[in-house]
Amino acid sequence: MDEILTYAQAEPAGAVTYAAADGLLSSVWLLVAIPLVSAAILLLLGRRADRWGHWLGVAAIGAAFVLGLTSFFQLRGLENKSVELSLWDFITVGNLRVDFGLLFDPLAAVFVLLITGVGFLIHLYAVEYMAHDEGRRRFFAYFNLFVAAMLLLVLGNNYVMLYFGWEGVGLASYLLISFWYGRPSAATAGKKAFLMNRVGDAGLAIGIFILFATLGTTQYDEVFTGVGGLASGTVLVLGLLLLLGAAGKSGQFPLQAWLPDAMEGPTPVSALIHAATMVTAGVYLIARSNPIFSANETLQLVVVSVGALTLLMGCIIGAAKDDIKRVLAWSTVSQIGYMFLGVGLGGAAYALAIVHLLAHGFFKANMFLGAGSVMHGMNDQVDIRRFGGLSKYMKVTWITFMMGWLAIIGMFPFSGFFSKEPIIVAAFEREGWTAWLFGGAALLGAGLTAFYMTRLFVLTFHGPKRWTEDIEHPHESPKLMTIPLILLAVGSVGAGFLLATSVPDWLTATAGLGGEHAEHAAVLPHWLLTALSLVVTVLGAGLAWALFRNGTATAPQPAGVLVTAARRNLYTDAFNEVVFEKPGIFLTRALVYLDNRGIDGLVNGLAAGVGGGSGRLRRWQTGFVRSYATSILTGALLVVAAFLAVQAGWLA
Amino acid sequence: MTELKLPSIDYPAIAPILIMLGVALLGVLVEAFVPRRRRHLVQLTLSLLAVLAALVMVVLNADARLVTAGGALAVDGPTLFLQGTILVLAAMSLLLIGERSVERGGAFVAQAAVTAESADDRQQAEGRNGATEVYPLTSFAIGGMLIFVAANDLLTMFIALEVFSLPLYLLCALARRRRLLSQEAAMKYFLLGAYASAFFLFGVALVYGFTAGIPGRSAGVDFATVHAAVSESPASDVLLYAGMALIAIGLLFKAAAAPFHVWTPDVYQGAPTPVTGFMAACTKVAAFGALLRVFHVAFDRAAWDFTPVLGVVAVLTMLVGAVLAVTQTDIKRLLAYSSIANAGYLLVGVLAPTGAGVSGTMFYLAAYGFSVLAAFAVVTLVRDADGEATHLSRWAGLGRRSPFYAGVFTFILLAFAGIPLTSGFMSKFAVFGPALESGHAWLVVAGVLTSMVLAFPYLRVVVMMWLSEPGESTPTVAVPGGLTATALMIGVAATLILGVVPAPLLDLATDAAAFVR
Repeated sequence: MDEILTYAQAEPAGAVTYAAADGLLSSVWLLVAIPLVSAAILLLLGRRADRWGHWLGVAAIGAAFVLGLTSFFQLRGLENKSVELSLWDFITVGNLRVDFGLLFDPLAAVFVLLITGVGFLIHLYAVEYMAHDEGRRRFFAYFNLFVAAMLLLVLGNNYVMLYFGWEGVGLASYLLISFWYGRPSAATAGKKAFLMNRVGDAGLAIGIFILFATLGTTQYDEVFTGVGGLASGTVLVLGLLLLLGAAGKSGQFPLQAWLPDAMEGPTPVSALIHAATMVTAGVYLIARSNPIFSANETLQLVVVSVGALTLLMGCIIGAAKDDIKRVLAWSTVSQIGYMFLGVGLGGAAYALAIVHLLAHGFFKANMFLGAGSVMHGMNDQVDIRRFGGLSKYMKVTWITFMMGWLAIIGMFPFSGFFSKEPIIVAAFEREGWTAWLFGGAALLGAGLTAFYMTRLFVLTFHGPKRWTEDIEHPHESPKLMTIPLILLAVGSVGAGFLLATSVPDWLTATAGLGGEHAEHAAVLPHWLLTALSLVVTVLGAGLAWALFRNGTATAPQPAGVLVTAARRNLYTDAFNEVVFEKPGIFLTRALVYLDNRGIDGLVNGLAAGVGGGSGRLRRWQTGFVRSYATSILTGALLVVAAFLAVQAGWLA
Repeated sequence: MTELKLPSIDYPAIAPILIMLGVALLGVLVEAFVPRRRRHLVQLTLSLLAVLAALVMVVLNADARLVTAGGALAVDGPTLFLQGTILVLAAMSLLLIGERSVERGGAFVAQAAVTAESADDRQQAEGRNGATEVYPLTSFAIGGMLIFVAANDLLTMFIALEVFSLPLYLLCALARRRRLLSQEAAMKYFLLGAYASAFFLFGVALVYGFTAGIPGRSAGVDFATVHAAVSESPASDVLLYAGMALIAIGLLFKAAAAPFHVWTPDVYQGAPTPVTGFMAACTKVAAFGALLRVFHVAFDRAAWDFTPVLGVVAVLTMLVGAVLAVTQTDIKRLLAYSSIANAGYLLVGVLAPTGAGVSGTMFYLAAYGFSVLAAFAVVTLVRDADGEATHLSRWAGLGRRSPFYAGVFTFILLAFAGIPLTSGFMSKFAVFGPALESGHAWLVVAGVLTSMVLAFPYLRVVVMMWLSEPGESTPTVAVPGGLTATALMIGVAATLILGVVPAPLLDLATDAAAFVR
C-alpha cells in the first residue's frame, strides 16, 4: 500500500481503512517469525538442543515481548493507531485477492502484549516445572509454536490469515494436551479437543467462504466496509458461523466439553491455553468482527445468550468438581462466558470484555501456575479433598493464589472487580426484560463464582490436612516457579484498575470498537448494582467459607439432583453422546458400508480399467526401433491427414 | 560486380550464444592440450563460467527486443526468458554431470570405444575417471538450444535443432554402467531423431513453396514472411497445412508428445541419469520455446485450424503419459512417462492464443525444469554396488533408511502431482487458466482428469518409500558430493518457492510474453 489512508474512526457501517506500516512498525512480522523460527530450530535440531533448548524457547518469547512492547509504544505515538503491513500477495485468483498481511492496531496490540507477556512468564515457569521431563525441548518447541500461531491469529489483516493462526493454535493445543501421549487419557483428551475444535473450525471456514462468495474479499477493512450492504439474513448466518468457530476455540456452549479435559496436558499448558492463548481467540474473533455482529440485533442476542448460559453452566459445574485444575477450567469457561456477554452487548461493552480478558489473563495464569506449584509440592495430587492446610507450607504459592482468588471473585480493589463489575452493569443497561434476564445471570454468576472459588481456596490452603499417606512435608516450589507467580500476582492486584481506566480509550481507535451504540439507562442505578455485586460476592464467599472451613469428606458424598447433575457436567457429555456420538457412529458405519460397496467398487473398477489399459498399451512399447518408427509414421500420417481434413473443411 | 552486403549483427544481443559455442570449441582444444588429470576441473569450471557469463549477458540484454543477423535470430522477451531458463537449468545439469564423488570417476564411461561387457569395460567401470568430452558436448547442446529458442526462420531453427540434438545423441551413449542399454538408447534416439528431422525439413520445403508469390515479397522461410503468407499467399493451402503438420511433427518429437513420444522411455532409461535430467529439463524448454514461436509468430493466423489437431495431440499425450505411468516399474521410465504427460499440459498452454498462454507455458517450463532435475538428482543418489538402483521395488522402505532423501523425493513427487504450495500446482494453474479463458475447456478437463490418474503412480512411489518395510535389497542413499547437493537444493528450493511466492517469476514471464516478428 503506497497511499496513506486516513482512518475513519468508529463507524461500524462506514469505510474502514488502515495505514501502511513503516519505521519500526514494519518489523511486526518478526513477532510471529521469532517464536516460529525458535520452534523450528528446537524441532529440527532434535536431541542436540536438549541442553539449552528451553532457554531458547524462553528467549524467543522474551524477545517477542520486548518487540511487542516497543511496537506498542510506537503505535501509541501515531495519530492513526492502525497500521497494516502487506508482506506478499498470498492468493490471487480472478477477483479474489488474499494478502499475506499483518494488521497492528490497538486491539491486536493489547493481545500481543497479553500473549507475549503472560506467555513469557509461563515459559519461565515451565523451565522448572518440566525440568525432570525427558521431552522438555519438544515441549518448548510446541509452546513456541503455540505462541507463534496465536500471534499470527491476532496479527493477520484478513480472515484467511486468522484462519491460519486458528488452525495453528488448534494443532499446537493438540500436541500439547496429548503431550504425555503415553497416557490414554491424555491422548483421548487431545483428540477430544481437536475434534470439538474441528466443529467450530468448520463453522469459521464456512463463514470465510460466505465472505468470499458475498463480498469477494476477506480483508478486514474491505469486509467491514462492505458488511453494511449485505442482506440481514446473510449477516445472521455469517455471524452464527463465526460464533460457532469462536465457541469452539473458547469452550463456549455447546462446544465447551473439551476444555476441562484439556487438563491432561502439563499444567503450564493449561495456563497458556486458559490465560494467554487459545480460549481468548474466540473473544478476539468476535471483537475483531464487531462490525458484523453489530450489524444484526438477533446475532447480538444469540451471543449474549451463549455468554450468559455458559457463564452459569461453568459456575454450577465448577462448584461440584473436586479436581483443582478442573475447577479452574470450568471457571475459565464461566469467565469467558462473561467476555462473550460483554462482546455480545455491543457498543462500549466490547472494550469491557477485552479489559476482562486481559485481567483474566493475569489472574488465571496466576492460579493455574499456583495449582501447578501445589501439585509440584504434593506429588501431583489434584484432588482438593486431599489438600488442606497448605498455607503454612507454601507461603508464596498461598499468598499469590490468594491474590488470584480475590481477583477472580471480583473483590474490591482487585482486578476482577474493575473488569467484571462493568460488564454486570452493562448487562443491566438493556431494554425491557432482557436487562433483568442477562443482568440477573451475570449477578448470579458473580455470587456462584465467589462460592466455588472460595471453596477451592479454602479446601486447598486452609482447614485440616487431608493429605494422602505418602506426603510428609510439602515443599515450596523453586524460585524459577515462584517469581512468575509473584509477578502475575502483582498483575492480579493492580492490572484491573490500570486496564479499566486506560484500555477502553485506547481501543476506540480499533474499527468499530467503542462505536456508536444506542445507550439505555440501566434498569437499576449504578451504585446499587456495584453494591449488589459486592454483596453477592461476599455472600457466596462467606457461604463457602462457612461450609468448608473445617474441611470436607475425602470420598464422594451422596448428593441431590442438582449436584449430581453438576458433577456430570450438567449431562452435556451425555447429551453429546446421545445426540451426536451415537447417530454419528451409525452414520459413519452406514457411510463406510456405502463407501466399501458402492464408491470403492466404482473407484476400484476405474483403477482396474486404467491399470488394464496401461498394461495393454505397454505392449506397444516393444523396444524395437522399427516399431517406433512405424508408430511415428502412423502418427505423422494421421496428423497430416487431420490438417488436410481441417483445410478441406471436413472437420470444421 | 556488386559488393557483397553483409547483414548487420547485434553482437551483444547474441552474446550468450557466441559464448556457449565459443567455450564449446575451447573445450575441444582443452581436450587436446590439457593434461588428462586436470581436464575434469578445467572443463567443468570452463563450462560453468560460460553458462554464468551467458546468463549475465541474458540479464544485461533484458530490455532487448530486436531481430538481428539478417533476420535469422530474434532476441525478444520469450527468447530471453527461455534462454535464461535454459542456462539456469543447464548450470544445474552441469553440476550433476560434474559430480564425481557419488560414483568413483563420475557417471560417464572412461572410454566410449571400449567394447561393452568386455574385461576392459569391467575394469573401466571400477573407477577410471570418466570422459571429459561430455563438457564440450554439453556446451554445444546448450548453445544449440539458445539458438533454437531465438531462431527467427525455419532454416536457422533446423540448424539449431541439429546442433543441440547431435551432442545429445552422443551424451546418451556415454553411461558408465549398463553400457549396452545406454548405447541402444543413443542409437534409437539418433535414428528416430534423424527421422523426425526429415519430417521437419520436408515441412520447411513445403512452407517455402507456399510463400512463393505473395505480392511485394520474395519467398522465404522467415517467420514474418510465413506469417504474411498465411493470409496473402495465392498458393494452394494444401502446401501450408501439410507443411505446418510436418514442422509440428518435427518439433513434437523433441517435445515428446504422443504419438511421437515412443523414444522417450527407452532413452530416458538408458542415458546416464545427469544427461536424462538435462534432456528432461533443457530439451523440453527448447522444444516448447520453438513450438511457441512457430505457432504464435509464424502460423498464428491459422490458429483456428491447428488448434483442434494439436489439441487432440495434447489430450492423447496426457492420456498416454498418465496411463502408461501407472504400470511402470522403473523410476526413470516412470519419470519419462511423467515427462510425456507434462508435455501434454504444456501443449495446452501453447494452444492458448494469448500472452497469458505464452507466459504460463514459460512459467511451467521453468518450474518443471527445476523439479525434474531435482528428481533425477535423487535418482543418482539411490544406489548399490552395481550403480543406481532404478527398479521401483528397490525403493521400498527408503523412508526408513534415509528419511531426508525420501522426504525430498516425496516433496518433488507431490509437486509433480500438482499439490498446492508446490510449483507444480502453480504451473498447472498458469497453463490451465489461459486455456479456460480462451475457451479450450475440453483441454483443461482432460488435463485435470489425467492429473488425477497421474497422481496414482506418484503416490504409489510415496507409499512404497514410507509404508513398506525396507527389504534386504533396499539400497542405501549415497552421500551426495557438493555439486549434486547444490543442484538438488536449488531444485527443491525453487519447487517450494515457486509454489509459495510464484508472483515474481509469473510477473517476469508476463512481461516477457510479447514476441517480435
